[in-house]
Amino acid sequence: MSGSPVLQMKNICKSFPGVKALNDVSLNIYAGEAMALLGENGAGKSTLMKILSGVYTKDSGEMIFKGKTHSPKDPKDAMNKGIAIIHQELNLIPELTVAENIFIGREPVNILRKVKYSEMNAEAKKYLEQLGEKTLPTAKVSSLSVGQAQMVEIAKALSMNAEVIIMDEPTDALTDVETENLYKVIRNLKAEGKALIYISHKLSEVFDVCDRATILRDGTFVDEKPVSELDEEKIIQLMVGRPISDRYPRCHCEVGDIVFTAEGLTNSRITDVSFSIRSGEVVGIAGLMGSGRSEVAKSIFGEMHLKKGKITLMGKELRINHPSEAIKNGISYVSEDRKQLGLIIGMTIKENITLPALKKFQTALSKISFGKEEEVSKEYIDMMSIKTTGPSQRVVDLSGGNQQKVAIAKGLVTAPKVLILDEPTRGVDVGAKKEIYEQINILKSKGMSIILISSEMPEVIGMSDRILVMSAGRIAGEVSGADATQENIMKLAISNIKNAV
Amino acid sequence: MKIDIKDVLKRFRPLLGLIILSVIVSLISPDFLTVGNILNVMRQTSINAVIAAGMTFVILTGGIDLSVGSILALCGAIAATMISTGFGVAATVFATLALGILLGVLAGIAITKGKIQPFIATLVAMTLLRGATLVHTDGKPISTGYDAAADAFAWFGTGYVFGIPVPVILMILVFIISHYILKHTRFGRYVYAIGGNEEASRLSGVRVDRIKIAVYGICGLVSALAGIILTSRLSSAQPTAGAGYELDAIAAVVLGGTSLAGGVGTIFGTFTGALIIGILNNALNLLNVSSYYQMIAKGAVILIAVLMDRKK
Repeated sequence: MSGSPVLQMKNICKSFPGVKALNDVSLNIYAGEAMALLGENGAGKSTLMKILSGVYTKDSGEMIFKGKTHSPKDPKDAMNKGIAIIHQELNLIPELTVAENIFIGREPVNILRKVKYSEMNAEAKKYLEQLGEKTLPTAKVSSLSVGQAQMVEIAKALSMNAEVIIMDEPTDALTDVETENLYKVIRNLKAEGKALIYISHKLSEVFDVCDRATILRDGTFVDEKPVSELDEEKIIQLMVGRPISDRYPRCHCEVGDIVFTAEGLTNSRITDVSFSIRSGEVVGIAGLMGSGRSEVAKSIFGEMHLKKGKITLMGKELRINHPSEAIKNGISYVSEDRKQLGLIIGMTIKENITLPALKKFQTALSKISFGKEEEVSKEYIDMMSIKTTGPSQRVVDLSGGNQQKVAIAKGLVTAPKVLILDEPTRGVDVGAKKEIYEQINILKSKGMSIILISSEMPEVIGMSDRILVMSAGRIAGEVSGADATQENIMKLAISNIKNAV
Repeated sequence: MKIDIKDVLKRFRPLLGLIILSVIVSLISPDFLTVGNILNVMRQTSINAVIAAGMTFVILTGGIDLSVGSILALCGAIAATMISTGFGVAATVFATLALGILLGVLAGIAITKGKIQPFIATLVAMTLLRGATLVHTDGKPISTGYDAAADAFAWFGTGYVFGIPVPVILMILVFIISHYILKHTRFGRYVYAIGGNEEASRLSGVRVDRIKIAVYGICGLVSALAGIILTSRLSSAQPTAGAGYELDAIAAVVLGGTSLAGGVGTIFGTFTGALIIGILNNALNLLNVSSYYQMIAKGAVILIAVLMDRKK
């Protein structure tokens, strides 16, 4: 299977003002294979891909594609030459149809410049069928699931005769079934001789679909190895430069009294959800996408309206109609979507961290004490080990892992009794993940009650004292200790779905 | 701390534009750089600047307010009626400003609770209130009268304190207070946060609806103040007063570097933006350019300024 690479990037260097993003990095891509591109956030994966796809130009180095020098002028040029990139945030126009999206800017037209829809739809159908997709070419993209939309992106790449397809965190928002389907498509693409670059933080996926892996660290090339010679521990060691002893360092702390109780929470998305949590306890919520995990959090937090149910905190019944009331009462929610819901990325770190607790920073004439704000943000920057130039750096300029740490700091600044973490390590690299886990332990040992929502099963199992498994809006069961296995959780997660069918 | 030259240039670009414009104008017309003329420019600018300050709050949250000119007209007409029918100056000013706040708050409620887009809600308000003004005035100017109260009321538009016109002093006060609110208070921080990301702000415990309603209330308040200044200056309220003022105010805000998407901008930028428009009007007058061409020149300058702002 290994021949000479179809695409070679050799000794690539790239500097930005003040940082050397890439230093002498090489990457080989082989036809009919998937190359995993691995590294922590900030290791240089995105920069390298942006050079390949024509967004940035390299400072030095060489790119050879099909025996010729590759120097794309812009992303469109790279695409025309056969290099397609499928971004984590898909680039489709929701109000247009599938076919219109696939052929946008290249619509077949007749002599009067009228789009030949029947021809376009037929072409689109051909590519969709090639991917085993039943989606209609005339369906609006806004009506598709994330998995289907991703297939549209892949169809678009195929329609442009792409030979190299870059996939950036493709499974991030996919359900398990959709992920399986994507794997099937990837295997077919490889069989057709396409070369793939696969970027993911979920290491298990590398073993599912990739043939080789290239590992970067701090903008430098570490190694290229066949996947068969690697395991997860080995990859992590190469990525962070040292072995990480325990990936889920759960501390077994003394649990205290019951702090929070939810009884019979019911609304349009969840049904009869009841549970309680003690101080110093981490309760995990697992379940498939769409099972209502985040909705439970949002209902407690006052972001979703409750039709029925009772919430009790420290023995006091609460009526929460707005997130501000939840915060005031000592409940914090760190959202799964830090860019859209968690942070105001155009603002500075300190402005973000203090936003939920701004009242505490007020002095006479409702003036914000900038000194105190600076001081407190510095404390959180130290505590969360956020890598930054200072509290006045804008959040948009931070890496994903550091942004997530700011989002968590924002949840802590109000000194909550109950902290709800929704996918706290999504899109976060191994090193930062470990730091977040350690922080969870510290909070736990201080007696905070933590609700941990996650779709990464090893994470929920590894970090939670007990796990509630949701299925179709209900709590299907609870597992803990030796019963907390992936198999048991999966069984519970699909239990109500089977009943419904 | 390291100072980023580019950042400084970007932040002070409106000011730079203002200085360049002033230098050019003073070279062409020697009358420009006289104390009398500068105060004149400031006084002419004051009405637009005061409205633009309120507009800055609204635009920072990602909204827009088209009703400012109509609020000015209605509040001005009510003020003229009150003065001419014997209410005292204090009662008139208080009632007029309260009416401005109320009208703004109503628009804010329509936008937040009624979930109507700001453009539409304030377009409706603009039309309704202009109609109300025409009904109230019967389409004719209302004189403030000739008694002592009318003379006292005229102070807002024509008076001087230490040789500085009262409208200019009011304008400067409005900007100092606005700056304080936007940069130093919790409310101001929330205004920027909402413009930056409304959803995330709500999840951070910000009462988004209340802040937005308040912002339109502020815009209504300063529009009413502008109405008082104008009515006081002319000693009468015109039914068509303030028509088109919303566009001048928006232009001042945008010239000042505030993003129409919200979240980014400064009140100081708006002040320079309003001055640029004021100086331009003044210069074209000094140069005897016909008022028809003045509008073309103004449009061109705004276009150039906005284009320069796009190019980083």
